[in-house]
Parts: sequence; structure tokens; C-alpha cells
Amino acid sequence: MLLIRCPYCDESRPEIEFRHAGEAHIVRSDKMADLTPDEFERYFFLRDNRKGDVYERWRHIHGCGRFLNAVRNTVTDRFLMTYKAGEPRPALPDPQAQAAATEGNGQ
Amino acid sequence: MRKYSIFAIAREAMRGHKGWDRQWSSPEPRSSYDVVIVGAGGHGLGTAYYLAKEHGIKNIAVIEKGWLGGGNTGRNTTIIRSNYLYDESAGLYNHALNLWENLSQELNYNVMYSARGVMMLQHNVHDVQSAKRHIHANRLNGIDNEWLEPDAAKAFCPPLNISSSARYPVMGAALQRRGGVARHDAVAWGYARAAADMGVHIIQNCEVTGIRRGANGDVTGVDTARGFIGAKKVGVVAAGHTSVLMDMAGIRMPLESFPLQALVSEPVKPIFPCVVMSNTVHAYISQSDKGELVIGAGTDQYTSYSQTGGLHIIQHTLDAICEMFPIFSRMKMLRSWGGIVDVTPDRSPILAKTPVKGLYVNCGWGTGGFKATPGSAHVFAHTIANDAPHKINEGFTLERFRTGRLIDEAAAAAVAH
Amino acid sequence: MSGNAYQGGANRLPGKGRLTPAKTVRFSFDGRILTGLEGDTLASALIANGIHLMGRSFKYHRPRGVLSAGAEEPNALMQVSRDSARYQPNVRASVQEIFDGLRASSQNRYPSLACDVGAVNDALSPLFSAGFYYKTFMWPRTAWNKLYEPVIRRAAGLGESPKEADPDHYAQRYAHCDVLVVGGGLAGLSAALAAAESGASVIICDEQPEMGGALHFDTSIAVNGETGFDWAQKTAARLAFMDNVRVLTRTTAFGYYAQNFVGLTERVTDHLALPSPDQPRERLWQVRAKRVVLATGAIERHMVFPGNDRPGIMLASAARIFLNHYGVAIGAKVAVYTACDSAYEAAFDLQDAGVRIPVIVEARDRPGGTLLEEARTRGIEVLTRHAIASTKGRLRVSSIAVVPAGASGKGRDIEVDALIISAGWTPSVHLFSQSRGKVAWDAESGRFLPGVNAQDCVSIGACAGTDDPVALVEQAVEAGLDAANGAGSEMSGRPVIDIDHEGSDAGSWSAGLVGAVGAPESGKAFVDFQNDVTAKDIRLAVREGMHSIEHVKRFTTNGMATDQGKTSNMHGLAIAAETLGKPIPQVGLTTFRAPYTPVTFGTIVGQSRGVLFDPARKTPLHACLETNGAVFEDVGQWKRAWYFPRAGETMHAAVSRECRTVREVAGLFDASTLGKIEVVGPDAAAFLNLLYTNAWDKLEPGRCKYGIMLREDGFIYDDGVVGRLAADRFHVTTTTGGAPRVLHHMEDYLQTEFPHLDVWLTSITEQWAVIAVQGPQARDIIAPFVDGIDISDDAMPHMSVREGKICGVPTRLFRMSFTGERGFEINVPADYGQSVFEALWERAEAMDACLYGTEAMHVLRAEKGYIIVGQDTDGTVTPDDAGLSWAVAKKKPDFVGIAGLKRADLQRPDRKQLVGLKTKDPTLVLEEGAQIVADPNEKIPMTMIGHVTSSYWSENCGRSIAMAVVAGGRSRMGETLYVPMPDRTIEVEVTDTVFFDKQGERLNG
Repeated sequence: MLLIRCPYCDESRPEIEFRHAGEAHIVRSDKMADLTPDEFERYFFLRDNRKGDVYERWRHIHGCGRFLNAVRNTVTDRFLMTYKAGEPRPALPDPQAQAAATEGNGQ
Repeated sequence: MRKYSIFAIAREAMRGHKGWDRQWSSPEPRSSYDVVIVGAGGHGLGTAYYLAKEHGIKNIAVIEKGWLGGGNTGRNTTIIRSNYLYDESAGLYNHALNLWENLSQELNYNVMYSARGVMMLQHNVHDVQSAKRHIHANRLNGIDNEWLEPDAAKAFCPPLNISSSARYPVMGAALQRRGGVARHDAVAWGYARAAADMGVHIIQNCEVTGIRRGANGDVTGVDTARGFIGAKKVGVVAAGHTSVLMDMAGIRMPLESFPLQALVSEPVKPIFPCVVMSNTVHAYISQSDKGELVIGAGTDQYTSYSQTGGLHIIQHTLDAICEMFPIFSRMKMLRSWGGIVDVTPDRSPILAKTPVKGLYVNCGWGTGGFKATPGSAHVFAHTIANDAPHKINEGFTLERFRTGRLIDEAAAAAVAH
Repeated sequence: MSGNAYQGGANRLPGKGRLTPAKTVRFSFDGRILTGLEGDTLASALIANGIHLMGRSFKYHRPRGVLSAGAEEPNALMQVSRDSARYQPNVRASVQEIFDGLRASSQNRYPSLACDVGAVNDALSPLFSAGFYYKTFMWPRTAWNKLYEPVIRRAAGLGESPKEADPDHYAQRYAHCDVLVVGGGLAGLSAALAAAESGASVIICDEQPEMGGALHFDTSIAVNGETGFDWAQKTAARLAFMDNVRVLTRTTAFGYYAQNFVGLTERVTDHLALPSPDQPRERLWQVRAKRVVLATGAIERHMVFPGNDRPGIMLASAARIFLNHYGVAIGAKVAVYTACDSAYEAAFDLQDAGVRIPVIVEARDRPGGTLLEEARTRGIEVLTRHAIASTKGRLRVSSIAVVPAGASGKGRDIEVDALIISAGWTPSVHLFSQSRGKVAWDAESGRFLPGVNAQDCVSIGACAGTDDPVALVEQAVEAGLDAANGAGSEMSGRPVIDIDHEGSDAGSWSAGLVGAVGAPESGKAFVDFQNDVTAKDIRLAVREGMHSIEHVKRFTTNGMATDQGKTSNMHGLAIAAETLGKPIPQVGLTTFRAPYTPVTFGTIVGQSRGVLFDPARKTPLHACLETNGAVFEDVGQWKRAWYFPRAGETMHAAVSRECRTVREVAGLFDASTLGKIEVVGPDAAAFLNLLYTNAWDKLEPGRCKYGIMLREDGFIYDDGVVGRLAADRFHVTTTTGGAPRVLHHMEDYLQTEFPHLDVWLTSITEQWAVIAVQGPQARDIIAPFVDGIDISDDAMPHMSVREGKICGVPTRLFRMSFTGERGFEINVPADYGQSVFEALWERAEAMDACLYGTEAMHVLRAEKGYIIVGQDTDGTVTPDDAGLSWAVAKKKPDFVGIAGLKRADLQRPDRKQLVGLKTKDPTLVLEEGAQIVADPNEKIPMTMIGHVTSSYWSENCGRSIAMAVVAGGRSRMGETLYVPMPDRTIEVEVTDTVFFDKQGERLNG
């Protein structure tokens, strides 16, 4: 059970109050009708799915109901930060720590 | 390769089992191979085996970051069935089921394929409609799948609670009698032993750190923890880590990796004769030959490579198990663990060529890849050897996410209205 | 034993132990009534009664006694029951406390524990080498399922599964604290005391009935002038008295999850003779701690030598607990085989209690400190650099054969009736490892210790390799103070914990892996007792190429039994490392997995059973419908009225009557489950333009429209009627199952893609009860109740909405129809639903109208060709496939799904399209889900071109009707297609989807 800081409520709340909502900062075109199949594939299907720090969306669905963004390490599941939807993508805090954290098992 | 049999065991028993060979060796990598398979799980080792056996390619390496069979092959709940809805899926999984039936003899390794029957419970009118749709489609595809009324379901699985006062009463079940379970480790070991016997190099503890491409963009080999290894063709069969590896070749995949947990109970004497799955109450269960109840359910909600998940997922799973089987409330969870499953948008796998010449990918099996192991390996070997898919995996392309021609088993199950 | 002078068993020593002789307890073992003392475990009580034979092993069915006195027990597993339903297999006798009336029986044996036919496996054991089953049972092919596997299954397993539903209940608690201390030994108590006295909130748990940990047996440590155990009890009592501390005994921390979330399981009643029915059997604690202090101690390992598994052979620490805590002597002539100093303490304690110690067999050159001298001074023979070559005794050890280390031959026989063994101690790093901390090999002490932390935790005491009690207390107090500090506590204070340690001065906690290796090749030297894994098996696995410790574990099953290798894992690793010729840390450690000890399913489930498994959602009208005879069906979480059978009516008859009555008179239907979302704001129409395929700008206030919602990929996601109440206010309806995800989907786009739109979304599903009144008499039924709304056709045509009053309460009245009849859907505030319904039904019933359920609703709408999303569509159907392209606006620049829809595959002419089907035989009703083919004579696999999505007997049409999706269906009108069933092939004709009132005249009829 992860513990997630909601940037709107300014409280850390258990994961069961939240719903994961996929990769963050994927921009929906303002000309959707003109999207080529390639562009549509990139927008709707292709994902970074990174091993390491990822930008992702959550919704505090059983709390304030707001969508928020988070940076989380997918090897340790540790949150580096959360921030409000619409705020710019923050820079990652420390690339070294990230490299150390991504040592995992399995292939 | 020394043939395994009861006679060989008896002979060895006389001399303290000193004469057994290594099941596979740990060779030094060559500087290059005709084919490099990345990932020594069941699918990868099987691919190497069929490449060597059926396509005459012997200069093969299977490169594994950890220990062979240590990924999802060794972490799954081993359910085998082929009663999928769409022709493409039914073709692929039934190809696998046909191979399962002879796999022990084929490999001379007892993989303990046990056709105990897989029973999928249906709890509401919508479930029943969906199950019947599967049953009819399966019948016309030549795949066994039959409808059981609640009493018949109870007779097939006596611990089942079919009380009409249950929160979600059992309205019936779809039963595939040929479905069942197998011994997961033995699948990896059996393929490894048979492949190694044909000269395939299995290189463990050797992480792939890069996929190299030549000036024309074609694959030339892989960088590894033990240096560069050249390859004419590279097959990536790395389950949860596929996105990471394909990124090394500059390919962004339609995949997300989720934690999938499973657990076993303490072992008890035979009590549970088959496999039972319920999508509505949401859990699945069987009993291993050792006597443990083997239990699983859905993934955690977030992407992760941690191979762990939350206790609340285990709670929901056991809620469902005790709801369907109230006699198991006093049983005890002995061990729980997690794997990393790679999920595609349409919940069907990708078994295909890639935009990079010489690079092939086998991934996206989600929570159900074990059952496909022999079939997947067999057609993937064909795809690599011929640089073209087998008829069975023609539809499982990467391009389908561009054209929209999905194989959407999950969507076909639809939702409650 | 009966006739014995002393209470609680013949081997109970007067004056020894901490139990009260007067408090006797009667229990039974394999049908024999025995007496023990309150506080006894099954193991201590049985040994007190001279019984060492307690179980049979998994594979070879070898007779086994208890190895340990704790949770690490691999051998003494029993079936324990209070009554027939309160029954438990695989209970560790070393943990289960006895109570009056407890029934225990041995397991995995037939016909009896002393005489078990399964023991033939032992004789055949040369055949049953590690992994033998992978190499055989393959011929003939079908024999695995029919012959081999059933035999193997019957032989495997341990106890029997419960056969009755569990009558007990279980509780769950969540807790937050500054400091969670796991383990209540000297270290844990000291840390808890320091933290608690600094003002931190503390939870301390221990798996045993009382705190004390190793102080249960280690009588050499005095604290603050009293015995260690007494100090532990007083300290626990003092902690329990503090407001900021919770002390949990019989409570095991079993799992360490992300962000300092720890699962504890508390055993509440399993030790009580007469538990109150109000008490839960067990309680799950889910604790979130700012700091976790791990004081989990260490577990002693056995010696690996041939015949090391006979009853009467046990860990030195176990013998010491049985003696010092339970007052039970494990034998009269007890030999010692050790590679660890702590076994000497056990030997001396036993000797002091009057037990003869015929020999100490010491594997090392000499023990630490002055132990050798002290033993000899005590008159105990010590054979250094010696080993045990074999043992004798069928059901209990009777003699050991001792040889000089490395020598062969039979050796010297020494008669014994028990043997204590110790190969050193393994720090319990299970929870630390579960927290994803990295363990590190400490070469000097030969053990894995906690290395790099992954979470906010600290390891102290024996689990951290701190052996000296003075240093241990110092470390523990520091950990406690630091944890309190870290939690922001500002109180200061350092508890006084003075240690007086009378034990041997050197290395009494010596670890190392001496004695694990180099066992002679003859005889079975067990590594994992329960799974019957021998040293030879480990070596064989390595020879066969299993070079990863994970492979060794899986191939041999070492460490995979119910004890999860607490005593065996390190031995297995050491033997594998030696065979490979590699240092231990290079071979690596298997991963530690939750749970630490097995956890009852019921405890994890808690109250989530039956009605609480998943709460049922009931509409405001539920009770009324129930009173009127409704049969309910589950739709998602909802209970919906399915049909209303009258006396003697079948479902078919009831549904036919309901369908007929609606079209002839009228019917009332509970539509409250439909999802309802209010979309409000200046940009509400603009928002709906983006979320639905339809155009909304021109919809006048007071009018309604059918809307389709897509996902970005162009497939139908949901549908429903949307009413415009005002320029800036829409009342949106969704499918019953779709309501939550549609709101989520809308919120997602509103918050993240279209945040510039000034719109508010509110779920109003549960705020409005909805009564559909449908049929020619619908208007007449409701007219007398409606206030302030003109419901004439002119004033309120089909697809309009008005606000006003009905029965004196506010209503949103929709003129709409899902039956094709004149119809109204009356929304009233949920609390008034029942009374409005009753008023309407009283009048309707008098007019010969009916109540109808979801089944009749399905038939009626199918007669009209109205689709149900989720039944006639699945997630692969586009609006055009469903014949709904008219609902997709052609001129909008954007809506969700516009790009997906344009993809090549979604534009194919041969896509599956929704059509009607009529069977050639009008009495035949197709089965929903049945597949459709064009060529009925094709061999299997047949080419399926579609399937039946909806199919009913239509009383109103006087025939069966069906809807289906068929490849290129709309260009096949009039074609004959085929539905192959198991017993026959049904001919069908492709038609349009409207079967009744094709002109739609009845909407105003």
C-alpha cells in the first residue's frame, strides 16, 4: 500500500484513495482530427514504461477528486514528488540517486 | 544427452546418483552467433530449442540477466487453457495446448502437464452471455469448452460454494477439460537442457546493456555485461523488461509493466481437483502436486519493476477465495511473491518482426503468458528463422496499434450494462 | 501419564520452569488423554509426558520429533481442533498453547504415527533423489494424469484441509505510530522503553505469549538485579501501562511492505479453552510507522549429519527453553553435538537440573573461552574435532556413533535418549530483507547481516549481529531514543538497564557455518527436515548444473516447506557454495518473501465475507419492489428487479405477461440505477461537444438527445439520454455499470485536457430515484399527480424534459422511451422515491398496468432495435458498426474518438455490423452468444462471421427475435445465414433491427 501525497489536500494518504492514471505529460493534440495513424499510435498506445523515475498521473478519486502528477521510481516504488496537474514537468532531482536506485533483478 | 527414465534413475540409485550430467552447461560466450535470444525464460529457451531443432540453426545464444527461468516463468500460477474468443488467440493458445500434451516426451523432461480442467465461473446474466459466446466460438474452432450448470460445477469442484444466497451466486461455469496446470520450473529446465544438448549456449548472469545497429540500421549484436556479442538476428523475449530492452534499439513499445502477485497456502492432502477462475469475484486457484493451494488475481494498479506489491491486493484475492470456498478460511498463506507483467493495450501479445531489420520481439503476454509457452516459442522461432511470421502469429504484429486491427480479448469480454 | 506422582507429565522437574504446577490442562494427542500445565505448548506438554514422536516427514515419512521450541519448527506439525469446524492442519506443536479440550492428532501417516506404511518411501529413497520426478513418469503419455499424479498427490500434502466453513470471525485494525518495535526480547524491550519514555507513540509486538525472546532460555543474563525474564515481564507491564504504548503479544510481524507499512497478525483466542463468541479468532494489524525497529533475534541451526532427524534430537536452545521455561527435561541421558558455544550453556543447565550429559561432541578444535575446561571440570566428556557418523533408534534416538572428524568407520557408540545440537545462529533478517534492505555477508562471523536500509528502519540486537548483552542494550536504547527523536519527540530520558551477564565470556553467540559441510556420504544428513532434503540432494543439484541458489532451492525444494527454511537455508547455501567451490556471498541468498510465518486466510480477509464481501447497492425503490414479488439480478454492484412472477408463473411466463401489458396498458420500471451526472457551467455544451460524438449547441433547453461517448480509439464507451435543463445545465444519463468510469473519464478530460472550460461535474445517481412509466396509458397514470407541467404531446413532445412537481415533491420529468411506447421517466429526490412509487403504483395497478423488470425491459427495447452498450456492443464496436453513424456529428473539429475513428481498420466495409435476425422457425429462440456462419457445411474450424448479441421470445411479435453483429451485415439484408449448434444448425434471415412498430407511431400512440 503506497502512501501518496496529494498536492491539493496537502496530505499523505493511502494508495486505496487514489487511482493510477497512466503516464503523465502526454499531450493531446489540438488538431486531433488531423492526426496521422502514426501520430495517433504514439499518442494513444506507445508508452515509455521506464525502469527508474517516471512521470505519472494519479487521481485522488476517493478524496478531493483531483488529478495530480507524480515522479516515482518504478524499481523502489518510492515517490520523489507529487505536483498539480497542469504544472510543468519538473526536472529530476538527482541522476546519481536514480542510477543507484535502478539496480534491480531479473531480465 | 543421457535419456531420463525410471531405468536411468534405478541405475543411478545404485551408485549414489553420481553419474548424472549437468542439465545445461555455462559456456563462455562466443564473439558472435547467428541468433541471440535475450531472456532465458520458457518462451526464450523454447525459441532457441525450436530454432535448433526445426530450423537447423545451431549457433544460438540465450542471454539472461539473472538465472534461467527466474522471471515470470518461475513466478506464475501455471494455468494452461486455450478457450479464447478470437480466431487469432484461439489458434495461438490451442497450438500451445497441442504442444503441451506431448511436451514431456518431446523434451524427455517431465513438465507435469496435468489436464485437470479449467473451470471459469459465471456470476451474473452478463457473465453467462459472455461465457456462452466463448463456448460457441470455441466449439466452431474445434476447441473444447463446455457449459456447466451450478450443480455440475459443484460436482466437478466439491469445495465450491454454489449457495444462491452468496453475494455473487454461481450461475454456471465454462469448463475446458484439456486445460490444467504444469510445473513451471520444469518447462524452463526442460527446454534449457534440450536446447543446450543441441549446442545452444545459455549464458546466465549476463545483462544486456545495449542493442547495436549497423550503418544501415540493421541489428549487429548486443552489448552485455561480458562485452559485445555479435548477432545476425536478435530476439527479445524479456517479458516485463521488454520496453527497457527495445528502447536500446530506439523502439518505443505499446507496453506497460505492472506488478502481479501470487501466493500459495501451506500444503494439504488433495482437496481441490481442478483449476477455478472467476473474473467477477476475481481470483483463481488450483492445488499443486505438492499440496499447496496456488492462488492469484489481478495486478497492482501502478506500473512497477519492483516485483512486489501491496498487501491490499492479496486481501482482495483472498476475500474472493474465501467467498467462493468458505472451507479455506482457516488455511494459511505460506508464501507470496510478485512478478512483472508487460501489458499491451489490447491484452494480446506481440510476436513479431520490428521496424529494425534482424530484431524480433515476443512480449505483451500480460498475466497469461505461461500457458502459451510452447506455442509462442514455436511460432517465434519460425518468425526469426524465416524473417516472416508463422500463419498462427500473423495477426500479433506491432503494426496493429497503427491500423487499429486489434485482437481485443479484454474488450470482447465487455462490461456490465 | 496416569499414575505419575507429578502433575503435568513425568518429565516435569520439580522446581524448574515458570509454569504453575497446580494449573493443569487436559488435552488429547492421537486420542490419548494427557495432562499438561497452563502455559505449555503442545510440544512441551508432550515431552513432559515422554512423547518425542510427533510427526512424519513430507517425502520419506520418517518419524520426527520436535526440533525447536519456536516458530522455526519444521517437524512437529499437527492437526489441532476445538470442534469439527474449528480445525487446523499443519500446526506447529512448538507454538500451539494447550487448553482444556484441545484435540491434537498427528498427520501425514497411515494407519498410525508409530506405524506408517508411507515409510516404505524411506526404503526406496535411493530412487527418490532430488528432482527425480522430472526424469520419469513420462511413459505412457496419458499415465501422468491417470496414474502417477494421483498417487504422488495422495502421498504429498501434509495435514487434511478443513472441510467445513469457518465459524470463527476475524478482526482488522489500522494503526499509526512513531515507532514499531518488532520483537520483545532484551533488545526490543530496551528500545521500546527508551522510545516510549521519550514520549514517542510505540507499538511493540512479539510472536510469543509473553515478552522476553531469548530470555526465555538464557538464564545467564540478569537485568537491574533480577532475572532477565522477570525484568522482561515487568518492563512489558510498565510499557502496557503507558498511554503512548501498545504491547501486542502472540503477534507476528509477517510482512514489511512499501513505505514502512507492516502487517501484524495477532492470535487472540487459539490458546483459550472457552473463548468468548464476541472475540475474533485473530486480528490483522496494518501498521504505518515512522520508524521500524527490527529486534527479531536469531534462530539456531541444527547440525547436518547422518541420522540427524530422529525424535529426541533437537536444537540446544529448544532443550534449554523446555527446561528453563517449561520445567521439562527432554531426556535423562542427553548428548551434545555442536559447533557453537551456546550449546554448552544448554548442557550445563541440563546437568544442573540432574540430566546426565554423556558426551559433548565438538566439531571444532575447541570451543571459545574456558568452556572446554568448565565442561571437563563438571565431569563432562568433551570430544573435540569429532563428528557423529550415525544414530540409532527407530522412533526415538537411542544411541549415537562418534568418530574423529574426517575419519571413517563405525565409531564409538554412545547410548543416549536425546541429543542436542547447534551449528550456530542465523540472524533473522527476514523482515529487513522484505523491506528491500540489502543484506551483507560478514565474513568474520560467517553470517548475513542487515546492510543498506531501503526504508526508515533500524536493526538491533541479535538480528543485527550484536551478541554481547551490554552492547546490545546500549544499541537498543540508542535506537529507541533516535526513533523518538526522529518522530519529533522532545522529551529526554534514558532508561536504566544494567546488565549482569554470568555466561561464558567468549562468543556464546558464535555463529559461522561449521558443521554444515563435510558430512559423510553414507546415510541421510538432513538439511531441510520437513521436505526431506539431504546434503546429498544439494550436491546432486549442483552437479546437475543448478548453480544459482534459486535453482538449488527449486530443484531440491530446500527451504520451501512450511518453515520456509528458517533452519535450513543457510546450510543449503553453505553446501552449495562448497560444492561449487565458491564463497558463500557469490552464490547469493534466496529472496525472503512475506509472510514470515504462515498467516490464516481468514485473518487477511477480516470482515470481507458474505454481504460485506462487496456491498450490494440497492435503489430507493428496492423494498417496494421486493414487497411486490421482484426477483433480483446482479448488475455490477447493483441489485436490479429482474422480473415479477405471480404465483405459479415461470420466468418466461412472467416476462411475456410484463411485455404484453406494457404495450397494451402500461408498466412501471425502476430505472434508478442508471448513472446520472449533472454537467453545469457556461461551457457545459462545449464540454459535451468534446465528450460526445453528437453536437449539443442546438439542443434547446427542455429537450433531450441520445448521446454516444467514445474512447480516443473510436470505440463506443457509453451511451445515454442527455436532457438540457437550462442553457448551462445538462442532466446526463449513463449505463448502469458505466456511471463511475464515465464520470472519471469526464473528470480526466475536464481537469487535464480542457481545463479552460468552465464546467462542473456532479454525480447525481444516488440523489434521484427514477420511475419509468411506459405504455399507452402512461400519461393517464401520471397525470393526476403532476403539478405545474403541461404533459400534453404538444407542450411536452417525445424527448423533452421539464422541472415541476409530482405528488407534491420536485421532479425532473423526462418524456422518453426505451420501449417504443409513450413514456415518462420520473426523477424524484431519492428519499421521496418510495412514496411517489407507491402513489403511482396504486393508480397504475387499478388500471391493470404492471411492474416490469430488466428482462422485460430488454425484450421491449430489442423489439424496437434499441441497443444496450455492453451487450450488443463490446469494446470493439464503432458507432457505424452499431448503425448509429447518424449520432456522429460530421462538422465538429474535435471530439474524443475523432482520430481513432479515422484509422483504416475502423473504416473497413466488412466490419461486423449490427443487424436483426429472424429464425426460419419462428418458435426457435437463438442462444445469446451463438456464432453465425455463411457456409453450414464447412469443416471445423469454421469461418465465423458474427454472433448473436441479444435474443428473446417476443410475445408482442408472436415470434423469436434476435440482434447480431455480422461481417458486412447491412449489405446482407434478406440473406440466409446459419447458427450451428451442437445438436443442429439453425437457419436465420438477416433483417433490420426494428421488429415492432417500424414507423414508431406508438411513441405518441
